[in-house]
Amino acid sequence: MDDEPLVRWYWIGDHLGYLGGLLADHAVIALVPVLIGLLLALPLGLACARFPRLYQPLAAVFNIVYALPSLAVFVVLIPYTGLATRATVMIPLTFYALAVLLPTTVDGLRAVPEPVRQAATAMGYGPWHRLAAVELPASVPYLVAGVRVAAVSSISLASVGALVGRGGLGYLFIDGFQRTFPTPIVAGIVLIAVLALATDVVLVTARRLLAPWAVREKAVTR
Amino acid sequence: MNWLSWLSDFIGSPDRRSGPDSILNRIAEHLALSAEALFYASLLAIPLGLLIGYTGRGVTFVTATAGATRALPTLGLVTLAVLLAGVGDTAVLLPLVALAAPPLLVAAVEGVRDTDPDVRDAARGVGMTHRQVLLGVCLPSALPALLAGLRTATVQVIATATVAAYVGLGGLGRYVIDGLATRDYAVTVGGALLVVLLAVAAQLFFALLARYALPPGIRAQRRPD
Repeated sequence: MDDEPLVRWYWIGDHLGYLGGLLADHAVIALVPVLIGLLLALPLGLACARFPRLYQPLAAVFNIVYALPSLAVFVVLIPYTGLATRATVMIPLTFYALAVLLPTTVDGLRAVPEPVRQAATAMGYGPWHRLAAVELPASVPYLVAGVRVAAVSSISLASVGALVGRGGLGYLFIDGFQRTFPTPIVAGIVLIAVLALATDVVLVTARRLLAPWAVREKAVTR
Repeated sequence: MNWLSWLSDFIGSPDRRSGPDSILNRIAEHLALSAEALFYASLLAIPLGLLIGYTGRGVTFVTATAGATRALPTLGLVTLAVLLAGVGDTAVLLPLVALAAPPLLVAAVEGVRDTDPDVRDAARGVGMTHRQVLLGVCLPSALPALLAGLRTATVQVIATATVAAYVGLGGLGRYVIDGLATRDYAVTVGGALLVVLLAVAAQLFFALLARYALPPGIRAQRRPD
């Protein structure tokens, strides 16, 4: 390790295709769970906004879920989903995403001003039409804020999956550590940061397009 | 094999009762490492956060940076730190502190900034110095936010300390990593469940702390979160 430089550039040049493959695998493992989490959070959040009594216990459960160490959850799933499969990593990541997205969905729906709701009803919107045309668009800034946090955390957490054999770019950490060779580790950290940044840019752009009126989005407390 | 036989294998083994691989020793190691990381992170982040929150300088920088640190993969940081600094507590402490500091910093900043401006003005009006306002008015009213930040930091550190076992440190992660390496699921699953229990216990501890340890005046104005 003494004369080993932090980065050997030729290694990166020789392994571009390999790194690209890991990057693609990582993106799928980390981001598909966020998408599924969002699809689950919308109906659940709607139910919680309508029936506040449902929200307290669900929020408490997801608070605990969010605190569960990822490695432990991956390990507990192995007997059911198998070692080194995508499902072992993606199922827990879906729940982590849901734990972030459910509160933001509920906050977003609750933040729709009552006069706006009443105006929509007065203009003849039924409950479903009002939901699709008024309430969901109005909560887009909240949803995007939640998805940004969920996506970034998911991208960073997915690398832990390497310890159970499927972590996309996380494999570079194991590889570099076992060979006392820092180049793959540095490449992995940089690529994960780049993936997180790129995802964030896409989401911010999406918010600009979907909700151009939202100057500033709401902060998410996680 | 099923869960019950795994668990009885894990708990029943004599190694679990005494010696370096005993459950009590592993939990103690895990808590000691986590506490050390949280201590340094608090020492670094809380005074800085209080100052930034009080002066209002650098708030945007803090929020942006704290968000970006979420993207840092802990396994990568831990392995890199060990390669660069050698196996040892320092190498693992560094990434853990880097992980715990941002939520604490944000909590301190937000907590101070959320102090009722009228209360701050009144404190200045009755002749308190800036130092007295910060320590006597803003700090107490930031306590709920600080406690919430400390909870987030603790939960993350406990989770990441598990990963740290991969580079040869003790703690509950040892069971998970060693079990995986030797294909001994009883040990792996037992260790994983202990980590889960520890994380839930930490959550409960902070929930109780927020409920009973805050001064009554602060507790009353605490917003539900």
